[in-house]
Amino acid sequence: MSEITFKEMAKKPDLLVGGARLCAGCDETIMVRLVLKATRGPTILTNATGCLEVATTIFPYSAWDLPWIHSAFENTAATASGIEAAIKAMHKKKDGPLAKYPQIDVVAFAGDGGTYDIGFQALSGAIERGHDFTYVLLDNEAYMNTGIQRSGGTPFTAATTTSPAGHVVPGKLETKKPIDDIIIAHGIPYVAMLNSAWPLDVMKKARKAFAVVGPTFLHGLVPCARGWRYPPEKTIEISRLATQTCVFPLYECRQEKGRAIYELSTPSLSIAKRPETKKPVEAYLEPQGRFRHLFRPNKREDLIKEIQESIDLRWQILCEKAGV
Amino acid sequence: MKAKQKLMGLNGNESSAYATKQVDPDVVAAYPITPQTIIVERYSEYVADGLVNSEFVAVESEHSALSACVGASATGARAYTATAANGLALMWEILYIASGLRLPIVMAVANRALSGPINIHNDHSDSMGARDSGWIQIYCENSQEVYDASVEAWRIAEHLDIQLPVMVCFDGFTISHTMENVYTLPDDIVKTFVGKRVFMKTEGHHGETEFRLDPACPLTIGPLDLQDYYFEHKVQQSEAMTDALKAITEVDKEFEEITGRKLEYMYPYMMEDAEVSVIGLGSAMGTVREVVDDLRAEGIKVGMVKMRLFRPFPVEALIKAIGKVPVLGVMEKAVSFGAPGGPLYEEIRTAFYDTEKKPLIADYIHGLGGRDTSPEMIRSIFKSLLKVKEKGEVDKQVNFVGVRE
Repeated sequence: MSEITFKEMAKKPDLLVGGARLCAGCDETIMVRLVLKATRGPTILTNATGCLEVATTIFPYSAWDLPWIHSAFENTAATASGIEAAIKAMHKKKDGPLAKYPQIDVVAFAGDGGTYDIGFQALSGAIERGHDFTYVLLDNEAYMNTGIQRSGGTPFTAATTTSPAGHVVPGKLETKKPIDDIIIAHGIPYVAMLNSAWPLDVMKKARKAFAVVGPTFLHGLVPCARGWRYPPEKTIEISRLATQTCVFPLYECRQEKGRAIYELSTPSLSIAKRPETKKPVEAYLEPQGRFRHLFRPNKREDLIKEIQESIDLRWQILCEKAGV
Repeated sequence: MKAKQKLMGLNGNESSAYATKQVDPDVVAAYPITPQTIIVERYSEYVADGLVNSEFVAVESEHSALSACVGASATGARAYTATAANGLALMWEILYIASGLRLPIVMAVANRALSGPINIHNDHSDSMGARDSGWIQIYCENSQEVYDASVEAWRIAEHLDIQLPVMVCFDGFTISHTMENVYTLPDDIVKTFVGKRVFMKTEGHHGETEFRLDPACPLTIGPLDLQDYYFEHKVQQSEAMTDALKAITEVDKEFEEITGRKLEYMYPYMMEDAEVSVIGLGSAMGTVREVVDDLRAEGIKVGMVKMRLFRPFPVEALIKAIGKVPVLGVMEKAVSFGAPGGPLYEEIRTAFYDTEKKPLIADYIHGLGGRDTSPEMIRSIFKSLLKVKEKGEVDKQVNFVGVRE
């Protein structure tokens, strides 16, 4: 299947239809629509418990124009394993209700809680077993559905309701779990970072992921206006800043002869080529209420410096891996 | 027509694996746990030897085993898993999801005591704890019953009046690891008997469709179901369980036609003129039968009832099987901590509450953690029941048998 174009996208109806009850400015909706624009044909979705699930399926309503199943919070990858195994068996037997479809893509959506934390084991197991499915991490960096509690995906110093910024503790004390490195270490054939500020890039990567045989992992950063505490109309702006500051660089990683091959995507590659265009992390932190305590009442230069240094180091390591 | 059957030497685990091989479900997802391991080993061999077309998913946990079965079953595939004790406990969340989503998954449970402390031997604490999870539960006395139930389970689970998952329970080690003679059906007869999976109809996004995941007729399965509809869905589930009592009999009859083996919910033995009797589930009932014979030879009028079906609970069949026997001892391998008695005892007493003539009922909890239930212990139970008969009342409702003071 050819690479997706804006023209194809414009013609294709949304598979997550309007009217769902996600918040204004929710990037999950945008990201999921973009990913589903890239479907190649018959597709089955599975969804972890979370905002996306509860807001799109309040019985008897549904916003999904695709076969969709939600089972539980921590088992999305295992559910996908079962779906994929069933399709495989039906193809092998040339019998069963799905045998008639020559190809069905299996796509799993889960949040950061369902990926970094509670669903981590099931995801690792499914990748190790090599099921042919695409796992889409919708990372809004906290348990937003239950009211903004910290997860393994919450970044250093971010304030959440279980890592509040108090008089003594400046938000979350731990750093964000390097989920992509961990997933890549499984030897997974394709991993890519998604940012809806670059919609065509998202769709192209999703299309690639669907086409790859074996497990693929798409990591979408999805800003949450409620949890990150910024006005809902700023979603794409915040999203774009995440990549422009190298907090969330965009890249792909594929396997070649047992080696992980990293490739920076255009928005990040251009920063690598012209390092002076890299924005300071403050530009990303300041508009977000979850980092407010780094700026008010007193500016925490020490913490901002620490964050900047850690981002610089991770960016440098990534550039080295990508050979730029 | 009765099929020609082959006598094979199989233990309980092998009986389950062999029957499942003959059914050849689309997906087998399981995680090894003592005493169920032989099932996953045999099935892996069937896959390795190309004897089945099933996809064997060697998951990383029981939670994922049942989750994979949920995903597979929702696509319209047949899905099988097997577990025991802590494995079943790890599946707990998904047990309710499988039944709530009306997915006809079949699971073998090689009954084992739940931790802690850790113990690998048999009792019924694992599956008894799951009695309210919405699964049909069949308890087997021997490997033959395991084989029969493992073939039949698919037809029960997928029956249009039922559409619920089925647990085939058999005692760990006592059944799972004990080789017995088992009459097995030819593959083609099993295939014909189980047939193709049938689906209930539902209202889909684009009109009426079968209840399964299909790109041509998308459905949203497992939505958020709040105050508006959840209750109705639970009542439907409850009705399916009740309806199952009738539907399982239909399947049992069809099974009898091909095997000659009459499957019942209750197996009364020497009950016509019995003065006291016991009732129970599983392998211990074989020993009880021996003791009944011995006591009868000694001129003591005792009887017994073996229960095969625990969920749905066959109230009518129970009352009929007990008949006029005035004293009933419930033998069970599970404790319900803090409850008036063990789970089987409580349900049996409830079943008799509205009957005019109810027997005196006492609970005998035995064999926890795999402790052997010896003929002597069973004799002591009968002796205790005869005392109840003599006295005309139950002194002690709940008794622990074969335990140090």
